[in-house]
Amino acid sequence: MSQLPSARPGAGWLWRMAWRDSRRSRSRLLLFVSAIVLGIAALVGINGFGDNLARTIDEQAQELLGADLVLSASQPLKPEFQPMIGPYIENHSTEAAFASLVQFPKGNGVRLAQVRSMVGDFPYYGTWLTEPTTAVQEFRQAMRNNQPVALVDDALLVQFAARVGDSIRVGRVVFRIAGRVRKTPGQSEFNASVAPTVFIPGDDRLNVMGEADSTSLLARTQLIKPGSRVQYRAYYKLRPGVTPERLRDPLVDIPSQENTRAETVASRKQQTGRAFSDLTRFLNLVAFVALLLGCVGVASAVSLYVREKVASVAVLRCLGASGRQALLIYLLQTALMGLVGAIVGAALGTAIQLVLPRLFAGFLPVAVITTISWSAVGEGVLTGLLVAVLFALLPLLSIRRVSPLRTLRASYEEDASRPDPLRLGVFGLILLFILGFAYLQTRDVKLALGFTGGLVVAFGVLAGVGQGLRLLVRRFFPVSWSYVWRQGLANLYRPNNQTLLLTVSIGLGVFLMATLYLLQGLLLSRVQLSASGQQPNLVLFDIQTEQKAGVGQLLQRRGLPIMQEVPIVTMRLTSINGRTISQMKKDTANGPSSRMLTREYRVTYRDTLNPGSEKLAAGQLPKLGADGIPRISMDEDFAQRLKVKLNDTLVFNVQGAPLTTILGGTRTIDWSRVQTNFLVVFPKGMLEQAPQFHVLLTRVPNNQTLGLVQRDLVAGFPNVSAIDLGLILQTLDDILSKISFVIRFMALFSIATGVVVLISSVVISRYQRVQESVLLRTLGASRRQILRITLVEYALLGLLAAVAGLLLAVVAAWALATWVFEVAFVPAPWPLLVLAALTTALTVLIGLLNSRDVLTRPPLEILRGEA
Amino acid sequence: MLKVENLTKSYSSGGRALTVLEAVSFELAAGDTFSIVGPSGSGKTTLLGLCAGLDRATSGSVWLNGVQLDNLSEDQRAAVRNQYVGFIFQNFQLLPTLTALENVQVPLELRGEKGSARAAQELLARVGLAGRGHHYPTQLSGGEQQRISLARAFANRPTILFADEPTGNLDADTSATVVDLLFELNREAGTTLVLVTHDLELAAKTQRVVRIKGGTMISDSAAPVSSPASSATL
Repeated sequence: MSQLPSARPGAGWLWRMAWRDSRRSRSRLLLFVSAIVLGIAALVGINGFGDNLARTIDEQAQELLGADLVLSASQPLKPEFQPMIGPYIENHSTEAAFASLVQFPKGNGVRLAQVRSMVGDFPYYGTWLTEPTTAVQEFRQAMRNNQPVALVDDALLVQFAARVGDSIRVGRVVFRIAGRVRKTPGQSEFNASVAPTVFIPGDDRLNVMGEADSTSLLARTQLIKPGSRVQYRAYYKLRPGVTPERLRDPLVDIPSQENTRAETVASRKQQTGRAFSDLTRFLNLVAFVALLLGCVGVASAVSLYVREKVASVAVLRCLGASGRQALLIYLLQTALMGLVGAIVGAALGTAIQLVLPRLFAGFLPVAVITTISWSAVGEGVLTGLLVAVLFALLPLLSIRRVSPLRTLRASYEEDASRPDPLRLGVFGLILLFILGFAYLQTRDVKLALGFTGGLVVAFGVLAGVGQGLRLLVRRFFPVSWSYVWRQGLANLYRPNNQTLLLTVSIGLGVFLMATLYLLQGLLLSRVQLSASGQQPNLVLFDIQTEQKAGVGQLLQRRGLPIMQEVPIVTMRLTSINGRTISQMKKDTANGPSSRMLTREYRVTYRDTLNPGSEKLAAGQLPKLGADGIPRISMDEDFAQRLKVKLNDTLVFNVQGAPLTTILGGTRTIDWSRVQTNFLVVFPKGMLEQAPQFHVLLTRVPNNQTLGLVQRDLVAGFPNVSAIDLGLILQTLDDILSKISFVIRFMALFSIATGVVVLISSVVISRYQRVQESVLLRTLGASRRQILRITLVEYALLGLLAAVAGLLLAVVAAWALATWVFEVAFVPAPWPLLVLAALTTALTVLIGLLNSRDVLTRPPLEILRGEA
Repeated sequence: MLKVENLTKSYSSGGRALTVLEAVSFELAAGDTFSIVGPSGSGKTTLLGLCAGLDRATSGSVWLNGVQLDNLSEDQRAAVRNQYVGFIFQNFQLLPTLTALENVQVPLELRGEKGSARAAQELLARVGLAGRGHHYPTQLSGGEQQRISLARAFANRPTILFADEPTGNLDADTSATVVDLLFELNREAGTTLVLVTHDLELAAKTQRVVRIKGGTMISDSAAPVSSPASSATL
């Protein structure tokens, strides 16, 4: 026997063949490339934006705080710890910040503003951006000389058309505006627009000792009264080499400072990152879904391509090419096209990543530096290539088994019953890829496993649905129905049917898109507020007890209703069931968070529930017990987090006086209602004599009345603040519409990829159906009959796949809402039904477009063309 | 050159075995020209597929150039084809995405030979299509496509050439040109030729003619057949 021939061409030939073969079929690979382009564009856009945001936060971390260490408390910072930290600090500033109505005497404009009375050279990091730039020096000079000079946020000046050089009234003092503040380190534009700030010279004695210097400008404003809500802060610049944590940790142990919050650059960075976690998580999910849809698109587009190439492969096999060589030729082609798609996608994604920060401008805490994120681009290109190869391999593997016998018999079918271990291997790799990718996007093993598991289940269910449909139609075939129906239905189970493939690919596409849609609605509804109807729209607070009647009369004079009047007493927790706060703080593993233990509690007293916003969850309403101990009521969720249960004993420190209470009941509270809601409610009969202030809620019919009320307040009760909810809601609405635009914009990529998937799925079936339809036409079927047969087949497939995908999406969205985003889930049925109808219509439309050749051209011409 | 022994091919259809070729045996020497004739469905194309190693027999053996094909994998058979076999098909089977020249180059390139473009160009000139090298199959007439197919079949200097109804898709005039060219090239190269056709006139141009009916060899022009059911060893 002769030796077997062994000469083989090198890799060069494979590349050459891949190139040659692709020349006349590149347009066929367009679907494949567009699936990659869209998936990768979304991925690179979102990841690049995330990178830019994270890097900017990192780079500008010190600027986020303006100092190395910031201590804040609702009481003046007592000086006990000063000697302890003195050697470590290079410089420090203090401030007292509070909300107050401010007035522009020139136009009589009044608005609630954040007043920050400052002492020192804050900020130590970042630039305090003012116009003119010399305004900061002038302000600091005025601080030292106790001159009435203020710096005012741009938003406030713009609203009242005020200019530098005009004056502004803060309490009883009129300040000259020395500069317009464009940006203050540590304050986002969002904060600046919701509560614009007026900076005035402060009182160091007040800030540190709690005793105001009567000659200070702050004291002369007469805005700070007992019970006023003031935030005291100290900003420290540390000596080189001193870490802020070194100072922060011992501070926590000083009893008088237990209510002091310490913030370092690292903690602010973490907090800022966390604030955006929901948004970035969702955007990551969008990228993940877009990419997965891209994967489905790749697999279906390549199956389509492979079908076209079978004849060529058979010839190559006949001429002596091995199965591996044939596979490699097409694998190289798809990899190359995948690379092109990935590069185009990465370029498109880069453009998106450069635009996203602009869309978010004013909402982000930092001005994001929009540089091209090469890591995101690199990741995108590699992912695109990987996806192209991995998902194309699945259909491409069948090339290895194309028999050369097809050159002699076009109808020859390979034996597909033999299991292909390589195919199983590729499935394994795909699962691994999805798992790995989900992990990279979420950085959460459980979530990644959940996503992957969910997808596998969805895949299995859809395959089951497809298989079930075939069996059901066959088993219960309606023999008495018209020919058109019988033919259309029979197409679902006859040899070479596309039922399984189309149900799985269309169903997966619908499933992913609908899940995304449902989540998008969830997240947006979570942040939407309602200010409609007859709800209050003006909140007056910081009203002293002796001012209550006067403010009430002021409102009555203007014909405004007092919709709610609530007394507020501030207090702190000192012990729970006999364990002191200090003891509990040390139990970091099991105890409640330190913040919950040390926070200031603003409580009210009443014996009833707030109608509409509160429900009794357990126990009883607030009530004074027969033993004289008040039974208090707590927010149900808060009680759980504080780890207290009914009948536990809680001792509060009510501005110096200890007060023992028993937890008598819990309430569920709807926090989205515009009402005064309280975590803790006391019964009547205990706190009436305690130092307190009051909040009044009213509704003003228009801006003119609002202006009048605000002016009356500034003149008669300068310490009383008024929050214009309309203004806040409008500002929030602006921000939210920006967020929802970005979310919808990114979701568009998923939808576009989904449509590509749908097109390629349906186009695949063309090769099965065209010949049959032509044959039917040759036998005398009318165009109308062919049209209706196609319609029946695709409408059934589209509808079934869409409904199955939607049901899966509802389950997935519920799971994600419950376990990932922790929000209640109520799906809106109408949009889902519309999506089902749209998918079905689109499937039918593409199916019909696909068959248009058969309908419009003579049968013979098509038979020749297809041959 | 080609030895076929007791070749049988059956398919399973509707749960029962369907035998399309039964106990066929013959042997061909180098340079022989041989045709298989028979009506449609008689099994002649099946026989050609088995001889060329495109398919596996249910039983029996095929030796091609001394290599027994029965136990070879599909890839090993592909290597044998590339080394020793040339093909001509009824529907030409040119690769639609390759130019005429590239189509002729493929068998040479598969062998890893250098200078395939020059050799392919010479072959194109030999079949009278020197100027059409850069045309794609769709830009060529049926006769031209079959001539390209001839050039490709001889490109790897095969020892045996299998032709399946080479004139089946051509008109009479073009057929005559292609057939003349086929025999001319075959003679020049000294290749063994196995031709499947139902055109008796074409079959008569070969040295030997075998008739097949119902999967069984019923006559052979080189030796008398003893009975219709038995096979003939040549």
